[in-house]
Amino acid sequence: MIKVLKPGFYTSIQDRGRIGYASMGVPVSGVMDSYSADLANSVLNNSFEDAVIEITFGGCILKFLTDTFISISGGDFSAKINNKPVLLNSRIKIYKNDELLFGTINFGTRCYLAVKDGFLTEKVLKSRSFYNGITSNFLIKKNDLLPISTHYIDLNLSNTAIKILKSHFKSQEMKCFEGPEFDLLDEVQKEQIKKQVFTISNSNNRMGYQLNETIENRLPQILTSAVLPGTVQLTPSGKLIVLMRDCQVTGGYPRILQICEESINRLAQKSTGDKLQFKFN
Amino acid sequence: MEFKHTYKPFGKQAILIEWSAVINEDILKDILLFKEKLIQTRKDNFTDVIVGYNSLTLLLKKEFVHFYKEVEELKLIYTSKFMNLKQENFVWEIPVCYDQRFGIDLEEISNKSKLTVQEIIQLHSEKTYRVFFIGFLPGFLYLGGLDSKLHFDRKPNPRLKVAKGSVAIGGGQTGVYPLDSPGGWNIIGKTPIHFFDAKSQKPCYVKAGDKIKFTSISFEEFYQLEKEVLKNKFTIFKTLLND
Repeated sequence: MIKVLKPGFYTSIQDRGRIGYASMGVPVSGVMDSYSADLANSVLNNSFEDAVIEITFGGCILKFLTDTFISISGGDFSAKINNKPVLLNSRIKIYKNDELLFGTINFGTRCYLAVKDGFLTEKVLKSRSFYNGITSNFLIKKNDLLPISTHYIDLNLSNTAIKILKSHFKSQEMKCFEGPEFDLLDEVQKEQIKKQVFTISNSNNRMGYQLNETIENRLPQILTSAVLPGTVQLTPSGKLIVLMRDCQVTGGYPRILQICEESINRLAQKSTGDKLQFKFN
Repeated sequence: MEFKHTYKPFGKQAILIEWSAVINEDILKDILLFKEKLIQTRKDNFTDVIVGYNSLTLLLKKEFVHFYKEVEELKLIYTSKFMNLKQENFVWEIPVCYDQRFGIDLEEISNKSKLTVQEIIQLHSEKTYRVFFIGFLPGFLYLGGLDSKLHFDRKPNPRLKVAKGSVAIGGGQTGVYPLDSPGGWNIIGKTPIHFFDAKSQKPCYVKAGDKIKFTSISFEEFYQLEKEVLKNKFTIFKTLLND
């Protein structure tokens, strides 16, 4: 078990999400940045399906009630075990009664904590990903006890250094394809979308990121149809919303772009005030 | 009968199939039939299928290489004949209490229109509504068939919290909020019935193609039924749909 001493700003359990329940209106959910979460799991030789903790902006303290191995990937929130700094992207042995703290943000928006064999919180509709109305909790709370495996084999893997892609945190480029309604835009609008540097508004969360700059919008709404993580909607006010992992399964705004998986992960490490630019494939 | 439809790439891992932009029950039937054919033939190639009013979106397991090849294959599946594909659909009778203690916007929309509160309730509960698809929230049904006299604009400022079970109308649509959620529709009643239970064997028993009939119940009956629903003693009345 792990005991939550301080839950932090927005901390939840996530895995690869709920696949195959769209016909009931159930969102996919899952880790916002699958590149970093996969990295955390692979360092421990875990399966990619294993559940991790997604920590947004740190501020979180966890107490381990059992020995295990952990790894931390994604954003750098100055992680410390019993006040001693620990490395990102490496396998760390942690002991019973150790306290793991996430403090000051150095870079990134979300970091991932993996434990050997993953978190074992409740599975609902084949996934442990927290989602309001589906799992009992949608955030971890103070004094929560998070179950983890106690029967692990001591790993004898070498501690190889893992190189992470700098561009994952630094690049402003969002690779995208034209969305289903892109062709309804006129040439001026299309040019603007291609050239504009957009700023992320303070309305950004696991459901979607709204951007500040506006595009003149005369498009009618569409008959409600599928939307996906990575779909960029053009709202009636002319603002763009990039949908993220907790997005609804359907929507009624024109879908003008679809950003690729790699760029969704990249965007998940950005936040209010950060810039981005769409790059067409 | 075949309906005109088009294929569009939706990123590299999804294909959007669109019918004419109208809300029509025959198109819905065609969409659901195509969906069933895809499940029968290509289940291993996709992770999910999302139905919209006039669309079907296929989420592929792997990125496609040649879009036109995918389309050729899908077209073949659309035109092929299958035996025994008829889905069983039901009409579900959903008890709704239209008492103004629940239907908090009834008076306001009555004032805005020439309809009395009683007429609004009657117009809403005498129709049977087709379930086109489920989206927005887990278990939120998109229903077709609202009487045009009941088409009212959404509220200019959405409520931050609409209670689970609230029955509402907005634009040309009606629906039930399956969970507490923000919402901008006009609330006209409340049902004690749950539309989504993640921990149940069948989290959402209603499916696209089914129909919903709202039946008016009193304030006292609401609380009686709510108790029965909580104890799992209430069975929703359903009849097999013949169409």
